[in-house]
Amino acid sequence: MVEAALQTPAIGRGVTRRSALRRTFGRKSSIAFLMTLPLILLVALLVLYPALYSIHLATLNKSMERFVGFGNFLFLFKRETFWMVVQQSCIFAITAVIFKALIGFIVAHFVHNIPSKGQRKWRGMLLVPWVIPPAMSCLAWLWLFDPSYSAFNWILDKLSIAAVPWTGNADWARFSVILVNVWIGAPFFMIMYLAALKSVPEQLYEAAAIDGANWWQRMWYVTLPMMRNIMAITALFSLIVTFANFDIVRILTAGGPVDRTHVFATWAFRVGIEGGDLPLGASVSLFMLPILAVAAIFILRDIHRRASEMS
Amino acid sequence: MAQVSLRKLYKRFDDTEAVRGIDLDIADKEFVVLVGPSGCGKTTTLRMIAGLEEVSAGEIAVDGEVVNDVPPKDRDMAMVFQNYALYPHMTVYENMSFGLRLKRYPREEIARRVQEAARILDIAELLDRKPRQLSGGQRQRVAMGRAIVRNPKVFLFDEPLSNLDAKLRVQMRTEIKRVHQKVRTTTVYVTHDQVEAMTLADRVVVMNRGRIEQIGSPNELYHAPKTRFVAGFIGSPAMNLLACRLEQAGGALRVRLSQDIALPVPSARVERYRAYVGREGLTFGLRPEHLTEGRANGGAPPAAIDALIEVAEPLGMETLVFFRIDGRDVCARVSPNAGAREGARMQLCAGLDNMHLIDDATGAVI
Amino acid sequence: MSTAAITAAAGSARGRRYGSISRDRRWALRWSYFFLVLFAIFFLMPPVYMLITSLKTSQEISAATDPWWVHHPTLGNYIELLTSPTYLTFFRNSALVSVIVVAITMLISVPAAFALSRMRFWGSAALATGVFLTYLIPETLLFIPLFKMFALINEYLDIQLIDRWWVLLVLYPTLTVPFCTWIMIGYFASIPKELDEAALMDGANYRQILTRVFIPVALPGLIAATIFAFTVSWAQFLYPLAFTTSADQLVLPVGIVTSLIKGDVFNWGQIMTGALLGAAPPLIIYAFLMDYYIAGLTAGATKG
Repeated sequence: MVEAALQTPAIGRGVTRRSALRRTFGRKSSIAFLMTLPLILLVALLVLYPALYSIHLATLNKSMERFVGFGNFLFLFKRETFWMVVQQSCIFAITAVIFKALIGFIVAHFVHNIPSKGQRKWRGMLLVPWVIPPAMSCLAWLWLFDPSYSAFNWILDKLSIAAVPWTGNADWARFSVILVNVWIGAPFFMIMYLAALKSVPEQLYEAAAIDGANWWQRMWYVTLPMMRNIMAITALFSLIVTFANFDIVRILTAGGPVDRTHVFATWAFRVGIEGGDLPLGASVSLFMLPILAVAAIFILRDIHRRASEMS
Repeated sequence: MAQVSLRKLYKRFDDTEAVRGIDLDIADKEFVVLVGPSGCGKTTTLRMIAGLEEVSAGEIAVDGEVVNDVPPKDRDMAMVFQNYALYPHMTVYENMSFGLRLKRYPREEIARRVQEAARILDIAELLDRKPRQLSGGQRQRVAMGRAIVRNPKVFLFDEPLSNLDAKLRVQMRTEIKRVHQKVRTTTVYVTHDQVEAMTLADRVVVMNRGRIEQIGSPNELYHAPKTRFVAGFIGSPAMNLLACRLEQAGGALRVRLSQDIALPVPSARVERYRAYVGREGLTFGLRPEHLTEGRANGGAPPAAIDALIEVAEPLGMETLVFFRIDGRDVCARVSPNAGAREGARMQLCAGLDNMHLIDDATGAVI
Repeated sequence: MSTAAITAAAGSARGRRYGSISRDRRWALRWSYFFLVLFAIFFLMPPVYMLITSLKTSQEISAATDPWWVHHPTLGNYIELLTSPTYLTFFRNSALVSVIVVAITMLISVPAAFALSRMRFWGSAALATGVFLTYLIPETLLFIPLFKMFALINEYLDIQLIDRWWVLLVLYPTLTVPFCTWIMIGYFASIPKELDEAALMDGANYRQILTRVFIPVALPGLIAATIFAFTVSWAQFLYPLAFTTSADQLVLPVGIVTSLIKGDVFNWGQIMTGALLGAAPPLIIYAFLMDYYIAGLTAGATKG
């Protein structure tokens, strides 16, 4: 077919056509490029470059004059705090995401079950934790957890239960951080899952009901497979965001007690900005990269799969 | 004056050729329909005329001027899309006046033109509504109004009736014809429905796989198809096409369709067909309406076929009967009271003056 | 669906006339409401508590009689904060930064989204995905190198970037632009191509197609993206904490946390009032434009 085309007498005109084509195409393409230029510049200068620069920074000494190679990293590996930070960051992220997904899923189902008129009201109320700036709600939780005036402890006292050192004791402090994380993030999961639930065609459920499926089977064979994509993407997103979270730990516990609730972000801040050792702080931050990269790869794969499924 | 010429038009998409050499002259005020199966290149040709697709090779000329490099907005053409493509955030009035407003026409002129078009299309009461408040047929009319208002040199229609239900389609077909009579503008209309083509066109262009099979008036295409494709495409129900052989029978010729059926070739055609006697690869074509029940006054007519009816479709004004010759399906149109039923035997009479003989090797009608 | 609801047995959403099914549905509904109330209490309790505390005097707070109820409500905290120049500065800084960042974000995102979704040019697909991916690079990774970069710019070019509130105008867009572009690409992509072609035939150039067709049709998406950009800017904590220190340069979240907590004396009444007022703008926008807010959230993922 190509040979046949090449032999057609119109090829002479074809050549001139192509240059006219390139002219108009070129014009369009350069306008398009200009329109995306600010975006490209913004991302390149303020996201990509700093990310790479942090790698360079991490190889310098504290006063940023000497090149110390892996010195900062080796220093970190020897510090017990560092390993605690790694452990805490991972546990917080995974535990929080699991609970957020679970609660989000359950609440989404309940909201989906009630008549559509009421759904909007309930949905509106239940999303509030997500809407409030995290820094503000952390202050509220800080107050709720206050060692002397905790409103929770007041209730516990009325029930004759001993007061809980919400932020004073290491284990309770970790619990509190995860709790607040879940409180803030579960509504987001709920909204996403609700949207996904609504996108499952009613007819699938009817077909399953006719086929004799009970509640659990409908969930397993219809709901979950249809929601799989959204669930995966939301979970991955949340994993990244939770893993890199700063506000909650900073305000609630400032990393304490005794560094038992520090995560990468807060410890990097403590070490880098408050401690004045930027290279060390950069090294700490960099350890988030491998895990973020893995999550990003999964997300990319998921997007590509969905894009090809849809086309 | 709006005369459109297409010369050796080619369109290549990556590695496929959608349009392979189209030559067409459309006269001023003519209604030309491009018809063909999906993928035949008719929509691509239309879009090249509009300027929405780049031309790979060849020329498009309007009134003698080549417009290949002219952007769509400067070609003075208006297009009615299959999906109407009405601006959802604008009212009907704003939709129709958009083009004029872009060109900064004075307000009174715009109002006059929109009112005029609305009157022609009977949508005057809808001017304040938004597209989502309109039915399919109304939206289609607004789309046409948008085109009329621009008073362009050429109207382009891209399968505008495909999204309408059958009854509405018939109605809108008549509308379009009526509008064309009132607003005499050169029109290029694309459809895959040959009934639309036949009813609307001054001339029909049958396309297949990127090439033109035949150009002609509806009557020409119907009664004098030049290729097998046109013969089989135009007309509903489709022409019966059966493999056959030509035999000599004394001084006359016979068309043999099966062991038992050989029909006499009309004497007027004998000379034309003589060269093909005994050749392989011949197809016999006869339209169903030329295969009707035999006359009541007995005697086996010369071109008779004894048919065992398999399926009878009563349509009210006629009945379609389907039977087989050597395992191939044949369709005939008989009158509703000819007693056609499944399983009945019927004597059918072939009007062979209307037969066609096709050379399979070239696809051309002999 | 609505007629089914009307004819359904009492309380059932999709109830049918058959007895046993509607009984199941009624029970499911009761459990649903029960748990929804529980979760609503869980989710709404902290903001309500903020409100309660904000209406208390310091004495009542330290008396610790009943944290969950106000016996002597007072608007004193509110009046104090709303007349405090420090607090008002925080509010003003936040408002300025957020509004300007929204404008910057829209100016960058909308043309970029239009170009990426409609004008196919070499690398546009890769760019679109790439933009989305950069959203995944958290600010907690970038704040240290950015700090150093700005310090260097300060040294060499003598442009003061640290401890000025307008440095945030440069930083916040990195958080808002990628996602807003992604949202707008989704909305623009859902506009049928025939609409562009109709506009082209009507005689519009690309700029007119963008301003007179695309933007009006994609308006819900624009509003959702604007809300998203505003909310993110308003709630930012890390960047302002790292980059601004002087009291008159602080934005609201940082201001409340650092300056209302002086040493060991926590004036909780004021802190809660400040926090509530600080949470007010996003909450108000949410209350009035809830559907757009949610559309902005879900657009990113479902159109993803």
